[in-house]
Amino acid sequence: MRRFLASTVAASALALMLGMASARADDAVDPNVKQGGAITITYKDDVATLDPAIGYDWQNWSMIKSLFDGLMDYEPGTTKLKPDLAESYEISPDGKTFTFKLRHGVKFHNGREMTADDVKYSLDRVTNPKTQSPGAGFFGSIKGYDDVAAGKADSLSGVTVVDPYTIKFELVRPDATFLHVMAINFSHVVPKEEVEKYGADFGKHPVGTGAFKLAEWTLGQRIVFERNPDYWHKGLPHLDKITFEIGQEPIVALLRLQKGEIDVPGDGIPPAKFQEVMSDPEQKARVVVGGQLHTGYITMNTTMAPFDNVKVRQAVNMAINKDRIVQMINNRAVPANQPLPPSMPGYDKAFKGYAYDVAKAKALLAEAGHPDGFETQLFAMNTDPNPRIAQAIQQDLAAIGIKASIQSLAQANVIAAGGDKAGAPMIWSGGMAWIADFPDPSNFYGPILGCAGAVPGGWNWSWYCNKDLDAKAAEADSVVDPAKSADREKMWSAIYDKIMEDAPWAPVFNEQRFTLKSARMGGADNLYVDPVHIPINYDNVYVKDVQ
Amino acid sequence: MIAYLGRRLIQSLLILLGVSLITFALLYLLPADPVRQIAGRSATPETVENIRRQLGLDQPFVVQYWHYLTRLIGGDLGRSYIQRSEVTELIVSRLPASLLLMVGAILCELAIGLTMGLVAAVKRGTATDQTLMVASFVGVSAPQFVVGLLLLYVFAVRLGWFPIGGYGSWRHLVLPSLTMGILGAGWYARMMRSSMIDVLRQDYMRTARAKGLARGAILFRHALPNAILPVVAMIGIDIGVFMGGIVVVESVFGWPGIGQLAWQAIQRVDIPIIMGVTLVSAFAIVLGNLLADIIAPFIDPRIKLR
Repeated sequence: MRRFLASTVAASALALMLGMASARADDAVDPNVKQGGAITITYKDDVATLDPAIGYDWQNWSMIKSLFDGLMDYEPGTTKLKPDLAESYEISPDGKTFTFKLRHGVKFHNGREMTADDVKYSLDRVTNPKTQSPGAGFFGSIKGYDDVAAGKADSLSGVTVVDPYTIKFELVRPDATFLHVMAINFSHVVPKEEVEKYGADFGKHPVGTGAFKLAEWTLGQRIVFERNPDYWHKGLPHLDKITFEIGQEPIVALLRLQKGEIDVPGDGIPPAKFQEVMSDPEQKARVVVGGQLHTGYITMNTTMAPFDNVKVRQAVNMAINKDRIVQMINNRAVPANQPLPPSMPGYDKAFKGYAYDVAKAKALLAEAGHPDGFETQLFAMNTDPNPRIAQAIQQDLAAIGIKASIQSLAQANVIAAGGDKAGAPMIWSGGMAWIADFPDPSNFYGPILGCAGAVPGGWNWSWYCNKDLDAKAAEADSVVDPAKSADREKMWSAIYDKIMEDAPWAPVFNEQRFTLKSARMGGADNLYVDPVHIPINYDNVYVKDVQ
Repeated sequence: MIAYLGRRLIQSLLILLGVSLITFALLYLLPADPVRQIAGRSATPETVENIRRQLGLDQPFVVQYWHYLTRLIGGDLGRSYIQRSEVTELIVSRLPASLLLMVGAILCELAIGLTMGLVAAVKRGTATDQTLMVASFVGVSAPQFVVGLLLLYVFAVRLGWFPIGGYGSWRHLVLPSLTMGILGAGWYARMMRSSMIDVLRQDYMRTARAKGLARGAILFRHALPNAILPVVAMIGIDIGVFMGGIVVVESVFGWPGIGQLAWQAIQRVDIPIIMGVTLVSAFAIVLGNLLADIIAPFIDPRIKLR
């Protein structure tokens, strides 16, 4: 997949989850900011769709967040959960029933009031296989999901409309991540009448409750958002208009930014120009740096010899010079020693991982019965900088006697090879690496390190399946009680520590985000590296020239 | 003539059918699963299979191709897997931009190429001739991505004469047309030069000179019209080269044409779009060749259609 939602800033979602109502959180708006002005953002790739049930791209993810709302959201610039279309919520003591009270008077862009029926309709729609939503799997813990997914039912039996402003969810198991799921785009609320009116083209005619509404969409060229004057969140958005120009190469976008024609290049600073931008004090001052819930890793197929031997995998972990690779990409990342990125809850600060040690790696390899190394293949995606990184890995491996030939392929082909049990002995994940969908440690396990992902066509490219860890993961996710959130994080830390002992991956680095903006853009820095809104938080930023 | 046209039309249809079959087969054999692209990372195997069934991708190749073909005959190119829009709508919305770019590129390559070829022929054997021929060679071999970025940097960023990429006015059209035109101009310069030299050697040229006609009159009234026609007739054949070029040039300049659409679709294994753009391009190439062949006898009476 192309899009990978990033998140930063350690925050415990569970802190909010005390089985009680939570306060309204409308207070984030700065009352001194004057509303008005228009900005221009560029992207290289087309915006595929603005349907929240379907959009899963880098570029449409935040656009959808500005057109639609969900029951939950995050405080701007943070990963702190807050109620959004919900005014408050309650969690039953067993962690299996979530009841949300909705805000009154929230209107769709077509003028109709949003009610609990719309929330239910939206969830029935996203889980219906006919919708072909890439996010349907996130709702697996809701009662009745399996029947809907199998086409046996049209409606989730676990979702009940209590009254127009109350909706109740019954889960099949306690799910500590459920509030995050209610904040993810796929759960955003859509009006039935508009979906039925446009059918498969709803994604081109989006109608939501969000801060902006779609004013114009010229295919392949331009999308224009206009301020929603009836937005329920008073004081937002600050901007009157956002124009997204599509089809612009990052390098062209940078040149246009330098000429003052655009405000934010959505695809970031092109690698070839990174040094130039960062060495110019004037430009550097307009760069905002932030963390990202991303890990770049090498997978080793644990079902293929010689990677079925844990010592070989550990040797590879010790052979990789991560500092050199980080330098190679202009320090746009930090070296990694475990699957979780540093800003993720559950990240084990005390964990040291495998230090770079060629001699020890060689010794381990000899112990494993390969004193002279062996030949293997390293798959990598064929866009810069991934072939270069693959070459660096190749050199590091050669130093301990492993002769890896590089298979540099298009993204879809690497993904296909990884999902084939006999397909790829080693894969460098760059360009396809995992970025969390929401800031919770569980999100780095199931599909990429758990047994569920070790299936043909899956994302667990190491084919690592440890039933014992699967059970521990399920146990951790059933800890819904916020008082025990620290315990839950510890449980997750232990799971990842055990994984590193088995070493199905060699974690290499965690990418950082660098957002470049024009001088007229205003608002706190964290809005420009917002963990949830990428590249920036459209609803909360403003322009200085109208102030 | 009618029989010839009928035969050529049938040939063209067969070519298009062949292109559709080969492209469809190649995409079928591609070691990448479009269903995984649609289903996303969190999908269960059941969801994946469900989508596969809905799209008919679980059917054998022959059945899939037959379904595609029958829909195609009804004018339906299907829906994009990723964008979920009608492929016809996506192509139609982008076709005008590509056609405009093509017209701009043809004008550029003719203006530059013919002038260079004419001058080189007249100054045959001199340093000017050699310089122009080296330049044409550079034009033919320079990567369009580099030429595009270079033109963009010099004329848009440094000099500010043109906008930095985008679409909308004639000023947006100049640099991408020029980038595409430089490649063709190299070919046309060479063809024009040899065609002109050929004409200048003819007896009637000697007669004209012997009659004491002015040099300009000889060149522009007698030589040029004869030399230019066979060269211009090549435009139809050029369309194939254009179709390759627009993928690169449209990306560099953010030109919203079908080349950009194709490039994005290829990256995401969006088979209906790849098929659609390939067929539209193949149609354009076949049509261009057909027109070039039909026009040829009008330009050069020595050619007969049979």
